[in-house]
Amino acid sequence: MTANKSERLLNLLILLLVTRTYVSKERIREAVDAYRQQPSEEAFEKMFERDKDELRSLGIPVETGSADAYFDDDAGYRVTRDAFELPAVELAPDEAAVVGLAARVWQHAGLAEATSQALLKLKAAGVATDREAIDVVSPRLVADEPAFDAVWEACQSRTPVQFSYRRGDQAAPATRHLQPWGVVSSRGRWYVVGHDTDRGQPRLFRLSRVIGAVAADGEAGSFTVPEGTDVRALATSLAPEQPTGRAVLLAREGAGHALRRRAASVAPAEAGWDRLELDYADTSTLAGDVLACLDTVVVEEPTALRDVVVERLRVLAGDGA
Amino acid sequence: MPGAREQVTRLLALVPYLQAHPDGVDLDSAAAEFAVAPTQIVRDLKVLWFCGLPGLGPGDLIDIDMDAFEADGDGVIRLSNAEYLARPLRLQSSEASALVVALRAMREGSPETSREAIDRALAKLEAATSESASAEVIDVTSRDPRHAALRADLERAVEERHQVRLDYFVPSRDENTERVVDPLELLEAEGNSYLDAWCHLAEARRLFRLDRINGLTVLDQRVLTHDVAPRDLSAGLFESGAEDLLATVRLQRPARWVAEYYPVESAVELEDGGLEVQLRAGDPRWLVRLVLRLAPYASIVGPLELADQVSAQARAALAAYSG
Repeated sequence: MTANKSERLLNLLILLLVTRTYVSKERIREAVDAYRQQPSEEAFEKMFERDKDELRSLGIPVETGSADAYFDDDAGYRVTRDAFELPAVELAPDEAAVVGLAARVWQHAGLAEATSQALLKLKAAGVATDREAIDVVSPRLVADEPAFDAVWEACQSRTPVQFSYRRGDQAAPATRHLQPWGVVSSRGRWYVVGHDTDRGQPRLFRLSRVIGAVAADGEAGSFTVPEGTDVRALATSLAPEQPTGRAVLLAREGAGHALRRRAASVAPAEAGWDRLELDYADTSTLAGDVLACLDTVVVEEPTALRDVVVERLRVLAGDGA
Repeated sequence: MPGAREQVTRLLALVPYLQAHPDGVDLDSAAAEFAVAPTQIVRDLKVLWFCGLPGLGPGDLIDIDMDAFEADGDGVIRLSNAEYLARPLRLQSSEASALVVALRAMREGSPETSREAIDRALAKLEAATSESASAEVIDVTSRDPRHAALRADLERAVEERHQVRLDYFVPSRDENTERVVDPLELLEAEGNSYLDAWCHLAEARRLFRLDRINGLTVLDQRVLTHDVAPRDLSAGLFESGAEDLLATVRLQRPARWVAEYYPVESAVELEDGGLEVQLRAGDPRWLVRLVLRLAPYASIVGPLELADQVSAQARAALAAYSG
């Protein structure tokens, strides 16, 4: 029954918290009713082991040590308050208010729950996270890629992973091995950054391109993230989206909106046309954007971009002819 | 047993919480704080009543005034004699990370003054959880700050049930349109934020992508009640009708991603590593623009009229470059 088990777990925890020295199994059995009432030593040990694991899985740091100063083999247990307790957190009213709003951000059930748990603990420590009127936007964080949960867990526990991955331009997937350092969200898509052990270099993987399950490829805690790693900076450098060039385009008046909205400047040009200047990172991508505007946008500069657009139009014009 | 796990987790927060309020906490308030029914809190207290220092002798047990929950009691929880649980359990790695990421996401879209408060909160939390949170595990890169104001206005309009006038960009027609809508809710799907609303122009329910809203005005006019069920997005956002045009498109390897990004009715592998797919297009102009965008890695196999439209559009665009 739930109530009985809860009671037993709590009494075990209290025993381990208040002790000054490690408590031996024998003493534990004596002190907790439910253990004392077990029909055999074996039954008690089994129950105690499961309970100890349960406490640990809740994040309670059950330490083992020697219960007897003279006899090393007398295993004992305790929980030290410093390791157990939430450290003091003093939040100013506006800080507490923003923290309270964090509860609404995750749209992922598990992480929404984790956030709620965190907030409950803060509340229990006396932090008043009641929503004050504060001018803060509550974004929504979605993480519905099938690989997300396993990768998040692996990042938390520092477990190396292996998975099948297919880049968009490849027909066949390849197996990859990674020490995951962190996950990054960009424009609603999640990526994992880490050390690719096959290539011996940092790599970035888009989680939506992971095929099938992400499997553990080693023990938890079996690697360390290099000192000073900035996951965000690394992700940006591995998948650069920084503009590298400026294009000059002509757009028909009242048309070409897809590019007008992105333009750094728009000025009237010859009759019925405006001149747009915009920054871009990738020639091929911008060429695609220009082509999608059909005959309402024409490239003036740079020549490299213009040539790509003209070449593609020639191919398209020839089709079906 | 999942029940005990959940209960113990709650008890470990409940005890410090109650002890921080020695004058007592109203049962209903406590229940609301812990997001459980008041009857559950009473069951929790009944467990705690049998817990205490080893031996459980007089003076060892946690002290709770259980009479408060009798018919003539005042319903106020008074708990004491549990100094060993004066503070809650530390944050777990996942709890700390989830909270920190959520705050970082909030930071990105917020005005300067609020960012400052979030930064202070983050600094304090990171200091308090440094042992339990995995360092530098998670981060969130920026969301467009223009969306912040848009989203705030829309949230207000949804909550206060006001109509909104939108200046909205329709990519398939490369047009900016103006329309009055009744906002229903904001939602996230497939990496984008959307406004689910009744559109008076279309006289139908529509999804408007936030990054295509050029501008909006919240109107004084209130929303007329709509008998609408929440959207079922389990099958994805793309709503195609059976009458929609079915087109066959040949994709070379660099354009294969199209089949992952848009729902296709069928996909056949080709020898050169490409795909031949069938997909539905409610508006053929959308598909024409897509094929142009993908050039030279995509072509329309059928229907022929659509393939002809593509080449005609290409010829028209090419004319601007001759000379």
